[in-house]
Parts: sequence; C-alpha cells; structure tokens
Amino acid sequence: MNKVAEQTQTEATPEQIRDHKLYLSMGLTDHEYDLIKDDVLHRLPNYTEVGLFSGMWSEHCSYKNSKPVLKKFFTKGQHVVKGPGEGAGIIDIGDNQGVVFKAESHNHPSAVEPFQGATTGVGGILRDIFSMGARPIASLDSLRFSAPKTDSDKYFIQQIVAGISAYGNCIGVPTVGGDTAFDDAYEHNPLVNVMCVGLMDLDKIEVGAAAGVGNSIIYVGAKTGRDGINGASFASFQFDSEHESQRSAVQVGDPFTEKLVMEACLDVINNHSDALVGIQDMGAAGLVSSSAEMGSKAGGNGMVLDLDLVPQREVGMSAFELMLSESQERMLLCVKAGHEDEVLKVFADHGVDAVVIGHVTEGHQYQLRQHGEVVADVPVDSLASQAPVYHRESAVPEHLKDADPKQYQPQIVNPTETLKQMLDQLTIASKEDIYETYDTQVQTNTVVAPGSDAAVVRVRHHDKALAITTDVNGRYLYLNPRVGGQMAVAEAARNIVASGAVPLGITDCLNFGNPEKPDQFYELDQAVMGMSEACEKFEAPVISGNVSLNNEYDNVPIYPTPMVGMVGLIKGLEHVTTQDFKQAGDLVYVVGKTGDGFNGSQIQKMQTGKISGQLFDFDLDYELKIQQLITKATQANLLNSAHDISEGGLITAIAESTFGNQLGVSLSSSLSVNQFFSETQSRFLVSVPQANQAQFEQITGSQAELLGKVTADNHLFVQATDGYFDIDVDTAFNIWKGALQCRLK
Amino acid sequence: MKFAVLAFPGSNCEMDLYNAIKDIIKEDVELVSYKNDSLAGFDAVLIPGGFSYGDYLRSGAIARFSPIIPALQKFAKSGKPVLGICNGFQILTEAGLLPGSLQKNVSAKFICKDETLVVNNDHSIFSSEYQKGQLITLPIAHGDGNYYADQETLKDLVANDQIVFKYTNNPNGSVDNIAGIVNKQGNVLGMMPHPERAVEDILGSSDGKGVFQSIVKHIKSRGVIYE
Repeated sequence: MNKVAEQTQTEATPEQIRDHKLYLSMGLTDHEYDLIKDDVLHRLPNYTEVGLFSGMWSEHCSYKNSKPVLKKFFTKGQHVVKGPGEGAGIIDIGDNQGVVFKAESHNHPSAVEPFQGATTGVGGILRDIFSMGARPIASLDSLRFSAPKTDSDKYFIQQIVAGISAYGNCIGVPTVGGDTAFDDAYEHNPLVNVMCVGLMDLDKIEVGAAAGVGNSIIYVGAKTGRDGINGASFASFQFDSEHESQRSAVQVGDPFTEKLVMEACLDVINNHSDALVGIQDMGAAGLVSSSAEMGSKAGGNGMVLDLDLVPQREVGMSAFELMLSESQERMLLCVKAGHEDEVLKVFADHGVDAVVIGHVTEGHQYQLRQHGEVVADVPVDSLASQAPVYHRESAVPEHLKDADPKQYQPQIVNPTETLKQMLDQLTIASKEDIYETYDTQVQTNTVVAPGSDAAVVRVRHHDKALAITTDVNGRYLYLNPRVGGQMAVAEAARNIVASGAVPLGITDCLNFGNPEKPDQFYELDQAVMGMSEACEKFEAPVISGNVSLNNEYDNVPIYPTPMVGMVGLIKGLEHVTTQDFKQAGDLVYVVGKTGDGFNGSQIQKMQTGKISGQLFDFDLDYELKIQQLITKATQANLLNSAHDISEGGLITAIAESTFGNQLGVSLSSSLSVNQFFSETQSRFLVSVPQANQAQFEQITGSQAELLGKVTADNHLFVQATDGYFDIDVDTAFNIWKGALQCRLK
Repeated sequence: MKFAVLAFPGSNCEMDLYNAIKDIIKEDVELVSYKNDSLAGFDAVLIPGGFSYGDYLRSGAIARFSPIIPALQKFAKSGKPVLGICNGFQILTEAGLLPGSLQKNVSAKFICKDETLVVNNDHSIFSSEYQKGQLITLPIAHGDGNYYADQETLKDLVANDQIVFKYTNNPNGSVDNIAGIVNKQGNVLGMMPHPERAVEDILGSSDGKGVFQSIVKHIKSRGVIYE
C-alpha cells in the first residue's frame, strides 16, 4: 500500500479521530467507523478518508436504511428501458424515443436557506436528466408548507418559490405543474421536491460508468468552492431548535452556468459519443460520489485523481473540502484515452471549463493525490457499493392503535357557506400566485399548463404527448400508510387518466421521519408496499426515485409524504382533456360511487383542526375499473372535460370545473350535502356533449350518475338530498383565487 | 427568404423561434452564433428571449458586447427587419437600436401568463397583418419587462407612431402600457410578449403568427436587398 500522508496541520490525526470519536460529528456511527477501520482499510482512516466514507455512507448517497424497503418496489414493465439505479429511469414511448424522469428532494437545504435550497434542487435534478443524454422538457414542483402565520413563514414560502422560478426560468425548461399543500405537520420542515422529465433518442443512452484502464476522468463546469461541504450527510441529519445555523451546508445555484454545461454535455453525448465512456452529475457528496460511483459501476478498475488539477474557487482547500464540496453545476466524464482534446474543445466552444483530473487505473483502489502525496487510498467499491445496510425495526405507531373506525360526520348548517370556507382553504385554493412566476411555456410544447389535473407537453413532430403530475396526501398516509400509499399512486393515475393519457410509470420522493424510530420505519415500509401494490395494478412501474429521511423537527416527524410523480402517454393529441367545463348544455356526471370518506379529509381538518380515526376504505380493483371507463371515454373523444375528485370532495371539483370558462351548473343528486365533501377515491367529474350521451352511458353503465347540465349563466346551483349549494361562480372564483395571495401578503 | 435567429449564451427561446419560422411560417431559417461577425445572406434577424449571460448584471447588458452586435447594427442600418423578443428587446435597447429601457416588473416578480394586447400601429413591417385596434392574445414571460422612456422620448414615440403594441391590462408597470415599439425608421421592433409562443391553436393562441407573416409580406413585396 502507498504511504498515506498525514493531513494538514488543522485536521485531526487518525488517532485523534479515533480517540475523540470525531467521526460521530460527520455522521458515521461507532459501528460504521469500526467497519472502515477493521474490515475495509485494516488501519486507521485519515481525516479525508473519514470524510469520504461519511458522505458516501450517508443515507442520501447509500440508501443504507431504505435499501431493504426499496427492493419491494414494482419496477418491471415491458416499456422500461432503465429502471432505478442510474441517474434517472427511462421508458420507451415508441419512435426510438425515450422519456426520462426522476425526482429529487431538497427539503433540508430549503429549510435553512429557502432561495438557494430551492434553486439547487432544480439544478440537481436537471443534471440527472441530461446526464442520461436526454434534453429536459418539463419540471414540476411538489411543495409542502405549514399555513403561513408570521412574516417569516411568508418569507420562507416566497423565497422557495422565487428560487424555483429563478433557476427554472433562466435555464429554459418549463415548469409545467406540481402540487402545493399546507399543513402544520410541515412547520420547520417544508418539503421541496422537484421532478424533471426529459426526452431522448433511445440510441443515445449514456451511463455513469468509468471503464477502461488509461481512460481519462474529466471535470466539467463550475469551480469547486467551500459551499455545501458534506451536504449529503447534513441532509441525513434532523433539525432541532438547538441548531438553527447550518448555513454552510447549503449550496449556491448559478443557472446560467448550468445552461452552458447542459448544452455542452448534450453536444458531447449527441455528437461525440465515440469518445465518451460515461458521464455523471456531481450531486450529493460532490466529487467523491460521482467519481466513486463511476468507478464502482464500471467494475474491475481503480481510479486516481489529482486534486491539484481540480478547478478551485478558493485558495487552500483541503482534500476533504474538495471531495465533499457540493458546489453546483459540475459534471464528471470518463473519456477514452486519446480523445481528450476532442471533448475538451467542445466544452471550450461552449464557454465551459473542463479539465482532465485523473484516469482509470489497474486494480481496485480509489486514490487521491494532492501536493504530490497520496491523501486517500481506499477500495473503490467500499465507498460506492459496500455501505452497510440496516434492517430497521418496525412498530405500529401509537396513533394507529385503537383508531376509531367510525367516519367523522361534517357539521354543516349552510352548505353554501361551508363551500365558501372550503374554497378558502390554502390546500384547495388556486396556486396561480405560485405558478404565475414560473415560465410554463418555453420550448413551446405546453398544451396544458398548470391549473388542470395533469400538465400535458406534446412531443414535437409526433402526434403524441406526455401527461405529467405529482401527488400525495400525507394526511391519508398518517392515518394509514399502506392504503395512503396506494391512494397517492391512484390519485396520480386519476390525474393522468383525466387528461386523456395512459400511465407509463412513476418516480418518487420518499419524505419520512427518522428510520431508526420503529414507528417511522413502519410508515416508510408500509407506504412503499402500498405504493408498489398500486403501481403494479396500474402497470406503472417505479423507474427512479429519491429518499429523504429524518424530516423531523424537535423529534416530531412530518406526515409520511411519499411524493408520486407520474408520467402518462397520450397517443393522439385529440384525446387531450382538461378539467374545465367547455360549453353550456353539456351533461355533467360523477363517475364512481361516493361513500363517507371523511377521516383524513380536508373538511375534517377544516372543522376540527386535526385529522383522526381510521382512514376510509379504498379498493384498488374498483379504482382501476373506474379509470378504465374514463380511458375508454377519452379514447372515443366523448368527454368535454374530466376532473379527478380529490381534496374537498365532489362540490370542490364542480366549483373548480366552472372557473376556467366562467360557466355555471344546475345539478341535483342522490347524495347528501355531507357526501359532497367526502373524499372517497375512484371518482371523476366529467362533462359530456349531449350528442355523446348514449355512447357515454353505454360505457359507464351504473357507475355514472347524471347530475345535470352546464349552464351559461355563471351560477352554481347543486341540489343535494338534504340541502343545496347556491352561489355565483364569480363569488366562488374570487374566494378560491384570492386565498393564497391574501395569506402571503 | 431567410431568417437569422441569433443565439447568445443563455438564450433559451432560439429554438422556439426557429421552429415557429420553419414549421409554421414555412420559411428558411438558421441559428447564428453570437460569435459570428456577419449577417450576410439574411433577410431578417430575430433576437430570442432568454437570460443572455444569466442577466446577472442588467438584462441584455453583456450580450450587447458580443461579436455579432456590430453586424446587427449594420444590418439594422441597412433598413432590413430586426425583431427582438423579450431578452431580445432588452438587448436592442442596450445596443442603442431602440430608445428607452426595461426595468424590473413593478411586482418585482417574474410573470408568465397570457396577456391581451391592442394593435396600436397596423402599418409597420411587423404588424401589417393586423388591424389597428385589434385585440390579440400573446403570452408574456419576464421579470424585467417594465418599459421606461422619459417624457421627451415618449412624445417622440407617439408622434412617430412607434408604439406598435400596448397592453390592455398592464402587467409590469410599463409607461403608457407599452408592450412593443419600433425605431424611428420602422425596421427594428422590440416587444416583451412572445409571438413565437402563439403560433398554434394547440398551444393556446395563434395570434402571434401575424408578426412573422407581416415580415414575410414586407420582404416579399419589397424584394431582396443585397449588401
């Protein structure tokens, strides 16, 4: 073995690290340290090496706590080209085209520095997409906040939104959708999940691998600075009120540089593929993670990097800092020996810094050199693929024991007033104030912009489009993680189906609490099983994803919130359907049976201030059956509108469908006033031109109830069995439209 | 006839313009790098939206020092059509080809939505396909679209009929509701709304086609000008 240099004067010696257990503050446990010392290195690791392991063995990079759970995901499908494991998954959509998508969480950075936390979240997921060789065509953001009470709360929300806007708009990728919900469960721990979708030619797939002895490792993009040092292990800690200042662990985004890096990388992938062996984003745990993963995936080779060659923004950076910095807008390439100049020239033409910093070696060692000395020397696989895997203990959370199976019964005196109150709830209200600050149209393919069930982006020069949505209701999962997990996927699928598409697959961000707590692990495990059951039912495999654990503040976890990002395919642009009623005289139906779905509902929260009891029933088979009816109807072009019925129930869906074109409705139903607020799953609100009535009813049979007609008079009237809703559409619209704006002022 | 679409580092609407001209207007079009120093062979130049050089300084302030700018100035001086959209408008004011400047929106936020414009001048080479007073719907997508000119300049703009498009519901604080202006000679148009995003009904509006069709009509009726 090479002599491993002693570290610079300010760094602790290997003995000090051992004696004072300094590895604990970097996120490694006693057990993990012993493993490194006794089983991997057979000597004391130096400061840099401990840093490498702390980054690579963090939950964020190694999935050490979630791996056993992730194995339960349904990932198969005849159209899956690449499943979980690479930067992003790929699904074949015909015509030699693949759709690439993935989601990332940036919860922890956004909680500390909302603007930069959000920008770098967008930047990171974009790099995951274009490193596969795909051009990003759409982004979505799934946000969870507590309802703003103080100026500081408002500032946080505005800064997170401003960060997404600043980065996404600049780089020229449309932000076409997402979802935003409010609940105090996310106070101090907001969720910022970003999904990105890309499009590629399937003959141009790139992988993040570095193979072939002598091939060069090329560093591309921004210089490395002291920002986001060891952010991956920071993201795997939890917050508490004792440690408010963790700012140095947050990175700073530069979308202009990212745009240049993106164009240059796509140029190399598309036009110099013979020279390129592999390409990977420098994301969490920066240089160490990208290089070690590349080396490990290639299998059978080692790697040596000369840290003096790494472009540096600051002087005197240590090996530890260089390797664990999470400076943004950086990529790592492996390029065939002899082709370096060809690739470096492409980057120079795009105005992007690129430099050879190392090469693939014989053997299996991952070696770092700095100032002429070896500063780290570890087996390459030990970093990337030999992190310990923990099978955590699972126990049913206290609040689920003896939960009351009886459904909450809403207390409604004046149905119209309750509807007004519902439209004023932030989770229900219009999110236009947020999405108006996003460029939703750049690339000129956005057929359905934010505001309908799913966004729709056409595939230029083909008669097809992609429907994209993000969904999850943490309240349902809090009451029943397994069924709530099923519902998250089911709602996403309903949104996809309502837009005229057929589900292709999902990505996810698993936002949960501390997995070392058995009740939190239970929620994670159950949720994944539920999601997987639904994915299999809808033939929508999981092709990528991200795990964000330790979402706790002062030991109180968030609601279990596995964000589901689903993509569907619309074959034939004439099938694209939106939620707005289109013309007076159209028939309005509710498809799917309504029951008493009140525990975990918006109305329970609104009227009691909390959610409780056993979650209402859900049947995946019935859900699929209803979705298939809607698909038949959209494929036959029978519908003028279709809207998923979710939070706020049927009456909320009816009101929302009147808003787009300022139409009214005159309806009557066999449901009670209370049931109009029920959140029973497996339901759609649709409008059908009268000419299509017979054909539509033949498809839906007893599953559709005719409620009445769309009217031209801008008035909403809905008769229930025991009361009625009666309101001007303008009045309802103004409440719904103004709620968020008013609360953010 | 042939359109040039300029591309600066950080431009992000160049392909949208390219596609609109090629697929919808069905004329020849070529992307031209900011590094070029000639626009020979082109009949009209389009400057796209985006964030040239990140717009970290003032929007368009760095792009205007690009090698292509002298060629653009020469092209404009020869009387041929130059259209700058969004960041392109900002670059044109920075390059001195149009009067006034574009400030931060009064809301201090980026705004992306459809706006209704009124056609204020229907005889410019960019608007002859519209009627004066016609209402058209075009998307806006900008953070710095608040047009400002001092009173004297404004008086000139009105006197010379240089205000081509106005907002009906001013979204950004622009003086006199200005959405787009031409230079005194009438061959350089800057506008904040995006006509290239409104050339197909499936994208929500095709009201933007008229801008490009007006340019084509002008060039075809006038005949080719050689340098």
